[in-house]
Amino acid sequence: MDAKLKRNYILTGVAVLILALFLFWAGKNLDGYKIQILNLIAVNIILALSLNLIYGFTGLFSLGHAGFMAIGAYTCSLLILPAAQKHAMYILQAPMWPFSVMHAPFFLAILIAGLVAALFGIIIGFPVLRLGGDYLGIATLGFAEIIRVVANNIPRVTNGALGLKGIPPYSNLWWNYGWCLLTLYVIIRLVKSNFGNTLKAIRDDEVAARAMGIDTFRCRMTSFVIGAFFAGVGGALLASLITTIDPKMFNFILTFNVLMIVVAGGLGSITGTVLAGVVITVLLEWLRFVENPVTIGSLTLQGVPGMRMVVFSVALLFIILFRHQGIMGKREFNWDWFLGLFRRRGEAR
Amino acid sequence: MSDRRIVLETKNLTMRFGGLIAVKNFDIQIQKGRIVGLIGPNGAGKTTCFNMITGFYKPTEGQILFEGQNISGWPPHKVCSGGIARTFQNIRLFHTATVLENVMVGARVRQHTTWWHALLGLPSYWKEEREIRDKSMYLIEAVGLQKLADEQSGGLPYGAQRRLEIARALATDPSFLLLDEPAAGMNANETQELMGFVKDIRSRFDLTILLIEHDMKVVMGICEHMWVLDYGVTIAEGKPEEIQANTRVIEAYLGEEFVHDA
Amino acid sequence: MSLAMFVQHLFNALTLGSLYALIAIGYTMVYGILRLINFAHGEIFMMGAYFVFWGVTLFHLPWPIAVIGAILVTSMAGIMVDRVAYKPLRNAPRISALISSIGVSFFLQNFAIVVFSAIPRAVQRPDWLVKVIVIDKIRILPLTLVFPVLSFILMMGLLYVVYRTKPGLGMRAISKDIETSRLMGVPVNRIIAITFGMGSALAAASGIMWALRYPQLQPVMGVIPGFKAFIAAVFGGIGSIQGAVIGGLVLGFIEIMIVAFLPTLAGYRDAFAFVLLIIILLIMPTGLMGEKLEDKV
Repeated sequence: MDAKLKRNYILTGVAVLILALFLFWAGKNLDGYKIQILNLIAVNIILALSLNLIYGFTGLFSLGHAGFMAIGAYTCSLLILPAAQKHAMYILQAPMWPFSVMHAPFFLAILIAGLVAALFGIIIGFPVLRLGGDYLGIATLGFAEIIRVVANNIPRVTNGALGLKGIPPYSNLWWNYGWCLLTLYVIIRLVKSNFGNTLKAIRDDEVAARAMGIDTFRCRMTSFVIGAFFAGVGGALLASLITTIDPKMFNFILTFNVLMIVVAGGLGSITGTVLAGVVITVLLEWLRFVENPVTIGSLTLQGVPGMRMVVFSVALLFIILFRHQGIMGKREFNWDWFLGLFRRRGEAR
Repeated sequence: MSDRRIVLETKNLTMRFGGLIAVKNFDIQIQKGRIVGLIGPNGAGKTTCFNMITGFYKPTEGQILFEGQNISGWPPHKVCSGGIARTFQNIRLFHTATVLENVMVGARVRQHTTWWHALLGLPSYWKEEREIRDKSMYLIEAVGLQKLADEQSGGLPYGAQRRLEIARALATDPSFLLLDEPAAGMNANETQELMGFVKDIRSRFDLTILLIEHDMKVVMGICEHMWVLDYGVTIAEGKPEEIQANTRVIEAYLGEEFVHDA
Repeated sequence: MSLAMFVQHLFNALTLGSLYALIAIGYTMVYGILRLINFAHGEIFMMGAYFVFWGVTLFHLPWPIAVIGAILVTSMAGIMVDRVAYKPLRNAPRISALISSIGVSFFLQNFAIVVFSAIPRAVQRPDWLVKVIVIDKIRILPLTLVFPVLSFILMMGLLYVVYRTKPGLGMRAISKDIETSRLMGVPVNRIIAITFGMGSALAAASGIMWALRYPQLQPVMGVIPGFKAFIAAVFGGIGSIQGAVIGGLVLGFIEIMIVAFLPTLAGYRDAFAFVLLIIILLIMPTGLMGEKLEDKV
């Protein structure tokens, strides 16, 4: 048993090393567009893992991810933008103290962004986590909309509808994949612990969980707040990755994309989320071509605006109608299965 | 025998839903280490009593004293950590979890380490997690499900689900156990086995047990004392042989004609 | 603020409120029967508006025919949505259908962008609706008189169907217990289709009036009114038609009056409803007229 554990640790270490080598290679050899996609994959995985913790493992149907992302993105951006740049950018009204002068190194800024999002998670959690099912969904959606409207209306903090521009592009493959691995570690540890069993128990049968002495509200809150933290982190990384944010960006479509990854990967499957994070990010980028003019030989096809999201929503409908357990269902990758794959092939030979 | 300490006592326990009185002036005293029963026709208010004792309903009136402490109005999780565990009439397992996970969740109420210990990977966390796993395996063996430990609980046969529910309740380290129709849906053999099992866990885990049951064989076979509810009112109380001879009970169960015919 | 101004606001509020109410009825009926928040309902509202102006500008149909045609086509679309996206999920977990409805909502929105383009379109309004009437310093748009009356007539019609006809009886039966109703011989699928049809018809009517009131068409025009109307339905007690009407009117009043009396808050207009939602869910989760649902132990 212990030898197996040691073997798994070594294999995981090797996998991380391979990922690091790949990132090193990618940073040197791939063009900016491909690197951007790799970055988006990492950020989307972080966001989807955090939603999967909230929804897939704890059964809280939350549609508030865009709100937490907005909080994370604004917090981090305001912390890494130099004071002079902020003053120059805020043309509606001068930035308010302490937002005008606060500053932090990137890592700390991301951490604070996550913590602020988590704090909002606690505040919003008190009223809404007592609700069940779809009411929770609509209430968290409402929270995200409120955040968006407020961001639009406090120009002294957020620069209002103009948004923030020229956010320092510190975010790179190492930061993104570093945070992605950290998120993965946290979620796996949580889910595999007895606390994780408890979250799943609450999802399966809340009444029975309460009868077993579990303070279900507190457990739900913990899961929700940890999820909010990583949504904030994801938003922070995204802001530094795309360098321009405004309130309009954090609308329901953003939550929808994350939800799509979670549903497609399989609710309650970490492996599924990672897989779907890769597939859907690539698919979303690839689908941009249907909106751009395409030239085939001498024939130029006009791109169709809106087609990308049409295809995307039809894909979601297909998944939910025909395979609503997602790619992986509740199954997970593990090394035994992976090694078994080779062993079986070896025997066949 | 009668000088045993009283562990659970209810005083004037009453539950109203709107205008409907589900349970009225429910008064019981249960001595430590007893197996006692609560019987009555369908809809008599038995499960309502369970729900009041375990905190799922807040009694409209009256008190519940457990180990001398008034626990009426406590939320269910607090009642459970206080030492009262229960099972459900319509088995409520965590159906996507394995047998082992179900029991481990039961043990969580006594766990000291929590999520952040897990994240930091503290030695105390690993140690306790292992202890909980061992304790859960022990309980699974005690109910005879060791071969099914890694099976998904939703797919177990009916009898095994009942046993698992009891193992899960035992994992909370209760001193008082409420069983809601443990023999429901069991055949004669299984029922016989269950009776032995209930007696066995009482002595093994030092429990006091209150059970709701329809199967008179079970009730008469293992209960040392019982209360009979009808339309929310306690119509009789006593030892099994006293209840068997009580005309009001026979009336409630079989209708008046039977009494007259007899 | 002068009395004249107040009366004007009152009429505006009544108009907005009754348009919310018409949408809210569709939410509440579907929720009452299927326990489903139909996220696509806002898009049904949008479709109704587009169809009418398509009919008028593209096919040169006279107004009344365009309106009736658009309402019929939209209610067919509502029934189609149920058939394709919700019906296969009747026995799946409840959230599956909800996610499906979010998918439909995005699909319809973006399909509308593909067909109609994302650029907002101005609406040509018939003169008699917008020729200001002046009564003793009170300036009133005729449509603020006409729309509440039309909405009221439609609501009365709906209530008649629900409480006085056989399909209405079926709806009420299904909302109490769908399985028992099926066993008792209620044609469940047909009644559900009728429910979607009627809800969609009211949403279409609301969309048409909305487009005339705020003379603009946009593929995303249904999103915010949709959310707000849903909140109105929750406020009134989801499942209750009368509740949805009251909720819609109250929400319309709150919105118009806050903006009128506290102009500094105008920018937060779209957030009022959501704040109200969270407050309602906190202090009376079943709404004004809703039945209490409790998890059975």
